[in-house]
Amino acid sequence: MERKIRVLVAKPGLDGHDRGAKIVARALRDAGMEVIYTGLHQTVDMIVETAIQEDVDAVGLSLLSGAHMTLFVDVTRLLKEKGMEDVLVVGGGIIPEDDALKLKKAGVAGVFGPGTRCDDIVKFIKKNVKR
Amino acid sequence: MNDIAANVLKGDPRSIARLITLAENNDPIAANAMKTIHPKTGNAHVIGITGVMGSGKSTLIYELTREYRKKGLKVGIIAIDPTSPFSGGALLGDRIRMMELATDDGVFIRSMGTRGMLGGLTSAVYDVVEILDASGKNIVLVETVGVGQAEVDVIKIADTTLVVLVPGLGDSIQTIKAGIMEIADIYVVNKADRSGVEQTLAEVESLVEIACINKDRKIPVLATISKENKGIVELIDEINKHREHLKKTKTFEAQRRKRYEAELVEIIRKRLMNFIFDESTFKGKVESLIDQISKKELDPYTAADEILGKILK
Repeated sequence: MERKIRVLVAKPGLDGHDRGAKIVARALRDAGMEVIYTGLHQTVDMIVETAIQEDVDAVGLSLLSGAHMTLFVDVTRLLKEKGMEDVLVVGGGIIPEDDALKLKKAGVAGVFGPGTRCDDIVKFIKKNVKR
Repeated sequence: MNDIAANVLKGDPRSIARLITLAENNDPIAANAMKTIHPKTGNAHVIGITGVMGSGKSTLIYELTREYRKKGLKVGIIAIDPTSPFSGGALLGDRIRMMELATDDGVFIRSMGTRGMLGGLTSAVYDVVEILDASGKNIVLVETVGVGQAEVDVIKIADTTLVVLVPGLGDSIQTIKAGIMEIADIYVVNKADRSGVEQTLAEVESLVEIACINKDRKIPVLATISKENKGIVELIDEINKHREHLKKTKTFEAQRRKRYEAELVEIIRKRLMNFIFDESTFKGKVESLIDQISKKELDPYTAADEILGKILK
């Protein structure tokens, strides 16, 4: 039996814009994945604990407030600290190119800005999940 | 990996989470771990929460859990949402109403897709209940998918079944007399701040009166407003009373026995279907039989005999 990819789609921090996250969540579902959606205003701890309990293969973070350098990096670091280094972390939102490079160095495997095709996110996750 | 069962028994969240995944994927490691786990189960009170879409099941679970946590009890939550029959994917959104519980180490929440099961549950739910039970949870709450009329499988797994209704169903309660209106140990009329609540309560009460003639227990009907935490303490009180009733009338063990029966049937069903439809030796045969049925060269019953004949020799 084929193993299903499980993805946590989370909105960290203070940002009320979740249309992008919902569209991506839906695209992942339509690609056959099980998507756990957390809703708005999640703390780093909440996201990491949820990732552990749900045993996800990937975490997708969406943020349009500008706090991605703090929050994306914190989620990635805490996942590692908790022994979940095999979880793929990807992020999306309004993220300048310089930041995207820094995020990748910090362990955020993929950064997707405005105009990204959903298909590309699906392909990226399918190709890069580690389990 | 071989001490995953031992770590589950210690209550380690990562091991619990990983074993649930293995069980969902029918991995032999899970079957092996369940051998160690099963003897350590049976302590948790399993509460099934079912009801129509949008009746507030998730929020009710959140409030129940907060109340149980005040008493120092550990809670496991299984939240089931439908898997798309087309893509095989699922959007599991019950956690949205429970995120405040995410960082409480006395609570473990797992979202699951139905993965093709009808009836409101998912195939691995029996395993997951046992895993959470063995990990030391005192209460296991099982939230079914939003149900229509006939998805009543939750009674196979729950010690106590709550059917959650909302005001404004009106006459439709009359039309759902069968199915989910037959399975409640406790009725909850949630969102009781909405108009029409008196009518709904009266309708359910009258149903209950007819249903409970000559029964030793009258099914309670409670009004709750989850988002204001109203009626939750009373609901827990009724759940406890129901548990005592089960123990006193010795139906507790009989009900558990039915759960194990359902679990055994499910494991056999799963393995048999896998054997027939996924094993490569049979797969080609099945495909060619379907082709023959399509061309009217064969009828479905004869085709079924051909497959089963190879197994039931």
